[in-house]
Amino acid sequence: MWKWLHPYAKSESTYKLCQTLLPWFSLSAGITLTIGIIWGLMFAPADYQQGDSFRIIYIHVPSAITSMSAYAAMALAAVIGLVWQIRTAYMAMIAIAPVGAMMTFIALFTGAAWGKPMWGTWWVWDARLTSELVLLFLYLGVISLYKSFDDKIQAGKAAGVMSIVGVINLPIIHYSVEWWNTLHQGATISKFSKPSIAPEMFWPLMLNLLAAVLLIGAITLKRLQNELLRREIHRPWAVKTLLKEGKG
Amino acid sequence: MNPRRQKRLIGVLSIVLLVGAAVWMMLSALSENIDHFYTPSEIINGKQGVTPKVGQRLRIGGMVVPGSVKRDQESLSVSFDLADTGPVVTVSYAGILPDLFREGQGIVATGRLAENNFIVADEVLAKHDEEYMPPELAEKMKGIKHVKPENLNTNQNTGSGQ
Repeated sequence: MWKWLHPYAKSESTYKLCQTLLPWFSLSAGITLTIGIIWGLMFAPADYQQGDSFRIIYIHVPSAITSMSAYAAMALAAVIGLVWQIRTAYMAMIAIAPVGAMMTFIALFTGAAWGKPMWGTWWVWDARLTSELVLLFLYLGVISLYKSFDDKIQAGKAAGVMSIVGVINLPIIHYSVEWWNTLHQGATISKFSKPSIAPEMFWPLMLNLLAAVLLIGAITLKRLQNELLRREIHRPWAVKTLLKEGKG
Repeated sequence: MNPRRQKRLIGVLSIVLLVGAAVWMMLSALSENIDHFYTPSEIINGKQGVTPKVGQRLRIGGMVVPGSVKRDQESLSVSFDLADTGPVVTVSYAGILPDLFREGQGIVATGRLAENNFIVADEVLAKHDEEYMPPELAEKMKGIKHVKPENLNTNQNTGSGQ
């Protein structure tokens, strides 16, 4: 059943897979991001309470949701790396980490900029904000742990264990608005019920969410390619690839 | 899956479970101890049988009672009533209120309980719910018509919204 996955334990086939996927991800990310941002910021209607200030939702929500999905993907790569001991999985893990950290930072930053005019404060130590900040620290911890080992297999194991332990934080972030009294609002979009947002605001939001996913995919693929080349710089396939791309 | 892989998978899963249990216990202990959050009826009637003491610092969350907002003409001082389901607690505050502060809006205030139903706040934060909709829809569905404070007088003459 999983036989088709086996070739990707080899770095060269992973590199080639990235090469095939990358243009599709970049192109669709560019298109959805452009349409989504223009639709959301210019054409979607203003909110009945928050007016035009609510439009920051089109950046805040996609980056916040994907900061968590990216973490889940990173932890999944770590599990595969630890259990099946596959080097390319560790490389995928470390390729996602900074991208996820970037999304977490964007979510925190846009949240602060939104909170100041609407709530009256840049920051409160409420459960949602604090747990999202912890997510940023987890990403930074995984990245710096990986960097601190010279042996990259050891580095992958250590950073992998840390990212798996940090998965605990994901349900805490998600349910923080239900478990505690938070200043942050509850969930607007949920899988099981009708979204509490008008359709003409909902669809541009979904498009921006898709754009964020594709963007993370594109950057991660490129980072994974770089990591593969950097780590295998002395192997014939890497030399060949570099020479070919240098000419082209 | 061979036995070595299985062992490693079990190892990974048990780490997650153990850490999860530890975090869970920590958080549940924390939420019992440091939760100074009260609703107006909890301040009057007590939360789990305990009423907050006069002079205690606390957070209160409730709806601003329509018609209760009194602004001082000379300064930034403002006082308003908060309610949830029953009793009313008065809050006084000196400072700039957030954009979303309106009558009927949910807010969270931090301050000192000066009398058993009077709070002197040093921070007022507005809370909003998870609903987003265009103004026309809100007017149709809820009969809500929000007018910006600075447009209040001119709009009464022209009769138009925002």
